[in-house]
Amino acid sequence: MAKIVAGIACSHVPAIGVAMDKGQTATAYWAPLFNGYGPARDWLAKLAPDVAIIVYNDHANAFSLEIIPTFLIGVADRFPIADEGFGPRPVPPVQGHPELAWHLAESLILDEFDMTIGNEMPVDHGLTVPLSVTCGQPAAWPFKVIPICVNVVQYPPPTGARCFKLGQAIAKANERFPQELRVVIYGTGGMSHQLQGERAGLINRQFDTDFLDNLTKDPLSLTKISHTEYMREAGSEGVEMVMWHVMRGALAEDAAEVYRHYHVPASNTAAALMILDNRSAS
Amino acid sequence: MTQQHDYDSIPGTYVYDAERGRIGYALNMFCMSLNKAENRKAFKENAAAYLDRFTLTPEQRRTVLERDWLGMLKVGGNIYYTIKIAFCDGLTFQDVAGMMSGVPKETYAQMMLAGGRSPDGNRYKDADAAEDK
Repeated sequence: MAKIVAGIACSHVPAIGVAMDKGQTATAYWAPLFNGYGPARDWLAKLAPDVAIIVYNDHANAFSLEIIPTFLIGVADRFPIADEGFGPRPVPPVQGHPELAWHLAESLILDEFDMTIGNEMPVDHGLTVPLSVTCGQPAAWPFKVIPICVNVVQYPPPTGARCFKLGQAIAKANERFPQELRVVIYGTGGMSHQLQGERAGLINRQFDTDFLDNLTKDPLSLTKISHTEYMREAGSEGVEMVMWHVMRGALAEDAAEVYRHYHVPASNTAAALMILDNRSAS
Repeated sequence: MTQQHDYDSIPGTYVYDAERGRIGYALNMFCMSLNKAENRKAFKENAAAYLDRFTLTPEQRRTVLERDWLGMLKVGGNIYYTIKIAFCDGLTFQDVAGMMSGVPKETYAQMMLAGGRSPDGNRYKDADAAEDK
């Protein structure tokens, strides 16, 4: 079976990627954020997973408004880096895991999650920034990646409750995979931020702190947060946090928090990184 | 026909919903074209001529040519798309956020360094009637 050994929640602010690509991580502005990433990188390197399922949203790069998949799974063996309007990030291409990805696609669809299947797609900062945050700047990424895209650009995104159930179905499908694999699952995006309108710059530290606390204390309560509540309390782009529920739903109820880092600001955003250990979980 | 939504009461926020998706499609697809280096070059060389390739409304066209970032949202622009025009100009998300909220760049940057815009007083358009209800 493929065993999900950890869950990672990670913001995917594009400026974090730019800071790394331009070698600015030690500046006074960025050091407090990046200093908090070191322990998480060490923990993940020791864990040495085979595959990462990365739940993220595309930002008008792989997909435009032509076709808007609510849930999509990438089954390719290689995902090139997208040009998001200022050239592709100088990071290694992402290697997929087609065997597990196709297994997941089949299992999820038969389990009544109507996934779109992506055979050919570039990946943008939504996926590569969490990789950079948690792996640093290696010549090649240390594990295979299965991208799962969630629409959060065109309203409405799927509900938090639906995302949580998708996570549960992903866990179940992993258990039925014939090969032994150690898998981590990333939920990306968030936390509070608003990039648009006169209200741009909104940050809600209290909302974010409660959310992080409840990922272990009471994750099901978080799945009841409505889109309007996310937008009102955590900013219009804070609704991205629905993607964290896919990650959380894929973990056991008693998954344990082993690391937390929270910093304001990363450009316009409250950036967080949390690791949940799923190994001793029932 | 304009439907009412519970998120309409959030101030200074333009939710990219069905209605905006309908009116903003061509504007956003123009922005999407700027993901290609050759299109960025053509747009930078002659913005008006480049825009002729797309069926924008006169008001959408004006907001693009005048870099009226807030105006673009009001005529169906989606920030993840319109930001590509800003990238063409060498601007960042934070530069554009400052302009949309109507304050100088430095003021906006200081607000973010101080912890960002507080949700208090910014949850409802009619703050007196509804704040923290």
